[in-house]
Amino acid sequence: MTNYRQARWAGDAVLEPLIFELGKPGRMGYTLPPKLHEQLKIPKNLLREELELPELSEVEVVRHYTRLSQMNYGVDSGFYPLGSCTMKYNPKVCEELASLEEAAYIHPYQAEDTVQGALELMYRLERCLVEIAGVDRVCLHPSAGAHGEFVAMLITRAYHKLKGDGARTHVIVPDSAHGTNPASAAMAGYEVVTVPSDGRGRVDLEALEAAASEHTAALMLTNPNTLGLFEDEILKIAEVIHGVGGLLFYDGANLNGILGKARPGDMGFDIVHFNLHKTFSTPHGGGGPGAGPVGVKSELEKFLPVPVVEYDEKHTRYYLDYDRPHSIGKVKAFYGNFGVLVKAYAYILLMGAEGLSEVAEAAVLNANYIMRKLSGTRGYELKFDAGGPCKHEVVFSTEPLRRETGVSAKDVAKRLLDYGMHAPTYYFPPIVSEALMIEPTESEPKEELDRFVDALKNIAEEARSNPERLRAAPTATAIGRLDEVKASREPILSWKMYHKHQA
Amino acid sequence: MGHPYIPNTREIRGQMLREMGVASVDELFADIPAKIRLRRELKLPGPMSELEVKRHVQAMLARNRPFTQMPSFLGGGVWLHHIPTHVRELVRRSEFLTSYTPYQPEVSQGMLQALFEYQSMICELTGMDVANASMYDWATSLGEAALMCARVAGRRKFIVPTLINPERFNTLQNYVLGPGLELIKIGYDSRTGQLDLSQLRRELGGDVAGVYVENPSYLGFLETHVNEVAKAAHEAGALFVVGVNPISLGLLRAPGDYGADIVIGEGQPLGNPVSFGGPLLGIFACRDDVKLVRQMPGRLIGMTTALDGKTRGYVMVLQTREQHIRRERATSSICSNEALCGVAAAIYLASLGPRGFRELGEACAASANYAMRKLRTIKGLKVPIFDAPHFNEFTLNCDDIDISAAKLNAELLKRDIHGGKPLRGEFPELGETSLMCVTELHTKEDIDRLASALAEIAG
Amino acid sequence: MRKKLGLIVNPIAGMGGRVGLKGTDGSDTLAKALKLGAKPVSPSRAVEALRTIKRSGLKFDLLAYPHEMGKDEAREAGLKARVIGKIVSGKTSAEDTKRAAREMLAEGVDLLLVAGGDGTIGDVIEAIGMRAPVLGIPCGVKLHSAAFANTPEAAGDVAARFLRDGLPLREAEVMDIDEDAYREGRLSAKLKGYARVPYEPTMVQATKEGSAGFELADQKAIARWVLELMERGRMYVLGPGTTTRAVAEELGIRDSTLLGVDLILDHKLLAQDVNERQILEMIEGKPATIIVSPIGRQGFIFGRGNQQISPGVIRKVGRENVMVIATPHKLGLTPVLKVDTGDAVLDDKFRGYIRVMTGYRQMRMVMVSQ
Repeated sequence: MTNYRQARWAGDAVLEPLIFELGKPGRMGYTLPPKLHEQLKIPKNLLREELELPELSEVEVVRHYTRLSQMNYGVDSGFYPLGSCTMKYNPKVCEELASLEEAAYIHPYQAEDTVQGALELMYRLERCLVEIAGVDRVCLHPSAGAHGEFVAMLITRAYHKLKGDGARTHVIVPDSAHGTNPASAAMAGYEVVTVPSDGRGRVDLEALEAAASEHTAALMLTNPNTLGLFEDEILKIAEVIHGVGGLLFYDGANLNGILGKARPGDMGFDIVHFNLHKTFSTPHGGGGPGAGPVGVKSELEKFLPVPVVEYDEKHTRYYLDYDRPHSIGKVKAFYGNFGVLVKAYAYILLMGAEGLSEVAEAAVLNANYIMRKLSGTRGYELKFDAGGPCKHEVVFSTEPLRRETGVSAKDVAKRLLDYGMHAPTYYFPPIVSEALMIEPTESEPKEELDRFVDALKNIAEEARSNPERLRAAPTATAIGRLDEVKASREPILSWKMYHKHQA
Repeated sequence: MGHPYIPNTREIRGQMLREMGVASVDELFADIPAKIRLRRELKLPGPMSELEVKRHVQAMLARNRPFTQMPSFLGGGVWLHHIPTHVRELVRRSEFLTSYTPYQPEVSQGMLQALFEYQSMICELTGMDVANASMYDWATSLGEAALMCARVAGRRKFIVPTLINPERFNTLQNYVLGPGLELIKIGYDSRTGQLDLSQLRRELGGDVAGVYVENPSYLGFLETHVNEVAKAAHEAGALFVVGVNPISLGLLRAPGDYGADIVIGEGQPLGNPVSFGGPLLGIFACRDDVKLVRQMPGRLIGMTTALDGKTRGYVMVLQTREQHIRRERATSSICSNEALCGVAAAIYLASLGPRGFRELGEACAASANYAMRKLRTIKGLKVPIFDAPHFNEFTLNCDDIDISAAKLNAELLKRDIHGGKPLRGEFPELGETSLMCVTELHTKEDIDRLASALAEIAG
Repeated sequence: MRKKLGLIVNPIAGMGGRVGLKGTDGSDTLAKALKLGAKPVSPSRAVEALRTIKRSGLKFDLLAYPHEMGKDEAREAGLKARVIGKIVSGKTSAEDTKRAAREMLAEGVDLLLVAGGDGTIGDVIEAIGMRAPVLGIPCGVKLHSAAFANTPEAAGDVAARFLRDGLPLREAEVMDIDEDAYREGRLSAKLKGYARVPYEPTMVQATKEGSAGFELADQKAIARWVLELMERGRMYVLGPGTTTRAVAEELGIRDSTLLGVDLILDHKLLAQDVNERQILEMIEGKPATIIVSPIGRQGFIFGRGNQQISPGVIRKVGRENVMVIATPHKLGLTPVLKVDTGDAVLDDKFRGYIRVMTGYRQMRMVMVSQ
């Protein structure tokens, strides 16, 4: 059925020891050039006496982290259908370009004339994102999607404040939204109004109309939404929100489903955010770094964080513009995750307009292919089957399988790991019970999609004949299921705490 | 012809469509209303082959002057250090690089353990018990720290030093907009730069949630009275937050030893390239106090066992603080963070070890001291402007030689040296002052060259 | 350690419905029902629930009351049960239910699974209050309490999950229907009390987050927001329920009533457990706000358990001054709310999507239906 086995370094009840448990006194993994002989004018009482860090040679450091990497799974390892994360293949040339000295070893405070290349790259990337989203300007500062959402909320605040509209205290969010949406709105001081999804899995228009009022500052929407469905009433939605004087914010997490086919700016969105680590293929890095640029229509340009990269035609030079009196200021230090921006820019160049269109087509086709092949399989249910296509992701529910056999979506996901595939997102979006959120991306070959669907079918069969097998899964991975309850109940969050715990 | 990143060629896609009984891929986009369907091609550069992209981007970046090609004395929030080659190699391993948040711990023990080790090492450096798996950077960590203090203490004021890094302060202002916290600035002694303790005590009332200092300060000097600051803050029922450049912690006392409740900082210098200011690495750590830990933002990796009760493993813990569980009730909206930069930091620290890390701090301080000594002898320059101990950054004032700091830098650039950061725009009261930084990257020759260049310009 | 599940079946619950009677409490109605050929309903429901638990593969200890009060149903579902207690088969009553609950509590059951209607659950909480978690298998027509699962299968599902993985517990309303009024076609419901019931939060992987789970935290959060919005000199009419009680507690008021309507002015409890007349008197000449929470299995915001807040009171206060508060978990159980003030025109003012406060500065648009 499956001959997958993840690498497993296994000692006595420990896979790979903690780095603190390795090494010997006196070992060092790095040599410095000799230091200058200077008397340090630092009072002794400000100096440190001891520091507990491991003492390893370079050999041991390299082996330790190499082994750890072998017990990790990335897109380069195999299928990674995490819904709304767009785990697509990351071209290696992008990595190399970001590691060049001219990219990695420049300081943000260098004289502008010494970093014209960096400024030009940012400027050109901005122009590309402007065109892709149908907006007028893009700020490259935010470090991640949630950060971008927060910035969008700050821009919203500034916009209404300038208009003297202080009663705008509500931000509307659909119940299917990614958790960062309401969290970012709340962080910016807004009251969050959640609207339900209707029977078609889209925002309930009646509820939205009831929610929209003179208190509405903005609506945050993902399109396609987290069910992988296109919000086809988006023009009406825009009308409703604009009609009460609110702004429309686009969460760009799912942009991969419409690249080159539609643009959020054309749908009526005023603020658009991007996840470069999703749509634009910069690697996810185990949780980061990413980048979450924010695009705006012209009437919101004045609020963008400073500095903005501008081009001085007269002197043919790029410069950082801080002279923006209505700017919301800084949302982090410097100008953004430049190392990530380089990769995204290179990716856009590699793909070009036709390539990005092809990305959307292939991604959407892959998701619909899975949808068709899995529909009608006993145990799996398509919750919002309006008979129409999905976009780049599809959400199935394993509720029927649970009713029949008692196994959960989590059990199914864990068993999938034994097939050498990463599990889809489960239990999200919150409006579907026993949800499995599947986003194959365009990087998956047909054979892998077939293998995935077959695996799910096999797992359903196994649930009927031998459910314990699922509950015991995974067994082919470096470790089996972990005691997450104990982990949160008696947290051991560092080597220091571990010692205290042992005592 | 197939696309290198899209394995399903047009033929295969055609086959799939036939299997699905769909006439064309256009049908799959029929749910997009005609009015908004894009009917033209996007106006974008490309597509380019790998070779063409390399040429294009390399040519563009060639217009940058990296500091590997000329000595640079810039610091002020990101710092230039040497990164051991193996650190960069290891974080480029694609099992780390192309993975995502370890939602499935069974296949992600590598990342989870590496992050646990990062968390642990940050605790050792800072004297805290708990550190999260990264924030975006120091500035946003400060914003989150202020919000956390307000949540924990149930109070609305947050105190910062006047000499705080302005970018961090500006970011902080944006973070406290939501709950509408009030920010109070405490002045400094004009001779020593030290935080004005009597003003601090006057401002510390029952409504202050936290007191924040940067140590070393933004301008490079050490705050020598931090014990008193901690005491005053705690007596008023406020939390004490310290912001650090972690490189200094090989040499200097851990903030946990002088009363810090929360320690934040910039982890970039630990094994991560400067990269024009990003990606960075926000450090966020606190004491093991349940009141604090439950309010901490960001991901936390904890140790546990497999369900067999024996095999040790790692998982994300206390996720009920986070947005994917608690949504608007989350302690923060942070989801993706700077995880891989954290792993680089762990590998870096593991490679240096306690001795190497201490030597690094000493080397930086020694070189900075040498630089201050030499530059001080140049007539008309005041180096540093504050009479206090410094770590590896210091101020250089040129008011007396009737030349602006900006002009000084322009002159240095002509001599292929990059000067420090002019501070006039941020702190006009300090006149024509620049912020200089010296690290182990600077040789004695580099510093001598700077000195003779400055002497020449000043003369 | 294996978990202990206690099973109590009220064999006569729900028998009246099929033959057109509205309940079997009181033995003359039971006799009537039997004469009309009514067949027991709850035993098969209980079996369905037990079969669902069996399918889950969970290993647990089952305690049952004798014969038709549990043992028979366990056997039919293919489960081994340890029998405790004594009954007279064919002549069971509310007293047997109460005794069963007490005895199972003494045996230290982790969960009491009760097959019956409002009356049965009411008997259970009369006997043991909230000292053990309870889950109702819905049997019969009188299912106004929020302590019931949606279906017998769902009851088995939740029970298995609760015992296997742990689920959070919430306080759920137990309603008491006026029998005679009911038979005359009038619906008059009172809040009898509360049961502690396991629930499945849909957005969270099951965690042992402590006995009250997020419900308590959410109630406190709502209360915190309500407190921020409260104005001096304004009268607050606080309806019954645990969420409204959390508001009172946030104000430092310890003696608000759980089952009655209270009046609060300037952060102080002005009057407890008031009736319509008292409310009208005390809000005279003052700005007022009504704070209510959905009650019972159908989620009635007015008309079940808070009839003291009459149409007259609501009109006087004004629609715009009615705050509806509910935790996300309550809304998960009753996603569509209902209203029955007794005045159809007034009811219409609450129909359609209304804003419900669900947390600190959080609202949800919820449908109030016919």
